[in-house]
Amino acid sequence: MRGVLIDGSPAPAVGQPVAGAVTDTAVPFDPAVPWRKSPSVALRPEPFGALVYHFGNRKLSFLKSKPLVAVVTALEAHPDVPSTLAACEVPEGQHRAYVTALATLARSQMIERRPEESA
Amino acid sequence: MTAVLPSRPAERPAGGKLIDQFEYGLDAPICLTWELTYACNLACVHCLSSSGRRDPRELSTAEAEAVIDELQRMQVFYVNVGGGEPTVRPDFWHLLDYAIGHDVGVKFSTNGIKLDAARAQQLARTDYVDVQISLDGATAEVNDAVRGTGSFATATRALENLAEAGMKDFKVSVVVTRENAGQLDEFKALTDRYGAQLRITRFRPSGRGADVWDRLHPTQAQQRDLYSWLLANGDQVLTGDSFFHLSALGEALPGLNLCGAGRVVCLIDPVGDVYACPFAIHEQFLAGNVRSPGGFQQVWQHSELFADLRNPQTGGACTKCAHFDACRGGCMAAKFFTGLPLDGPDPECVQGYGETALAARDLELVTPRSHLDHSHKGPVRGQPTMLGLPSIPAKLCDESPLAGLPLS
Repeated sequence: MRGVLIDGSPAPAVGQPVAGAVTDTAVPFDPAVPWRKSPSVALRPEPFGALVYHFGNRKLSFLKSKPLVAVVTALEAHPDVPSTLAACEVPEGQHRAYVTALATLARSQMIERRPEESA
Repeated sequence: MTAVLPSRPAERPAGGKLIDQFEYGLDAPICLTWELTYACNLACVHCLSSSGRRDPRELSTAEAEAVIDELQRMQVFYVNVGGGEPTVRPDFWHLLDYAIGHDVGVKFSTNGIKLDAARAQQLARTDYVDVQISLDGATAEVNDAVRGTGSFATATRALENLAEAGMKDFKVSVVVTRENAGQLDEFKALTDRYGAQLRITRFRPSGRGADVWDRLHPTQAQQRDLYSWLLANGDQVLTGDSFFHLSALGEALPGLNLCGAGRVVCLIDPVGDVYACPFAIHEQFLAGNVRSPGGFQQVWQHSELFADLRNPQTGGACTKCAHFDACRGGCMAAKFFTGLPLDGPDPECVQGYGETALAARDLELVTPRSHLDHSHKGPVRGQPTMLGLPSIPAKLCDESPLAGLPLS
């Protein structure tokens, strides 16, 4: 959306995409490593989910469901994506869709790989 | 106040498309326009806010800071600052720093009058600020006819200063008119020359724009050319999502194809009044004032007007049109200030329904006028000549009292 109103180059809205939807072939997203919401990103709660803003690259995006907001927020507290989804009680059947959504967020740098925790 | 608005259901659906969610509004605007002053050194013929003279009731520095504090609390991540000419406010540079320091990014529009080399360097050093230089012609001739003599030179000097200072991603902001619609490639070339980005937006019959709309709004043929141009160049050009009415020509344009007024955007004017959108400075679209109890948040979240605007349109002529999903009925302000019903076609409807509607207006109809007019009362240096178009008839005394007189 570019815009008076709204200019800028927001990343595409991130919803609960159809499982298996392939949107990009660039860097593969690795759900097995620790992730977190980027420290430069703010989440603003909205009735449908959240508005996501990256203060660094000034990209704007949207999370289209509240469970997805919960997952993005919880990433930090878990060692990988599957355990985050389990902790957030996301039904097994939706896991692939969530991984796809997280991959989109990773590409727009809204979430990032967590630096290795010191042992 | 709500009588003319289309009737709508009130329940927000769960899930679905984002654009449908936006129709029901957000807890805070995605971004908003904030006009800091009605004062302006220019007297552009199409000024959307009829600016010129400062209003004595304009927000003080402390009040403006309080608005910024509130925007930070509401997580409004950036504002589009304009005017008037915002940089003529003596506290402009202070407020810019204050906003940036409070996580409210600023994109400001200026005619370039204050952007000397030193200011350009200052801006180049500042993160989180965007600058838009207004230019309404790719040549001095076309630009100065609507913005005033010398305004092209002022704007291009500012562009040079910004480029020289190493400023990144600054914008050249163009309102597309009948006079400059044929210059899009030239605008692009000019913008590229400075390493800037082109931003083109739609001309609305708002403010003094209403006085010249008939003469300056693009023709249907120009709109079709513009649409093709945007499809070909859209990736590199910003539009403020302002041309969504063109989507009814076929493929949707990139961006938010929806009127965001009172839903995802709004305007705070120099005296703190909150309107549904920057093109709607009229009592009909006045939702409240930031000075009242509860401030901006109260207005945004609880004004009756905004509640009315936050429902999808279900009635009116447009909802029966095959293209309604593409254009969503077009621009509310454009309809309002041309005297058309808000649930009917946009005056520039690309399917031609707007022209029919304009022709069917009651001959006695007086189009709505804003209650505000801060236009300069006397002549302004470099006053645009377009008001006299097609051309000011040469008067005998223009050059010399004796010019043109048969003296023999």
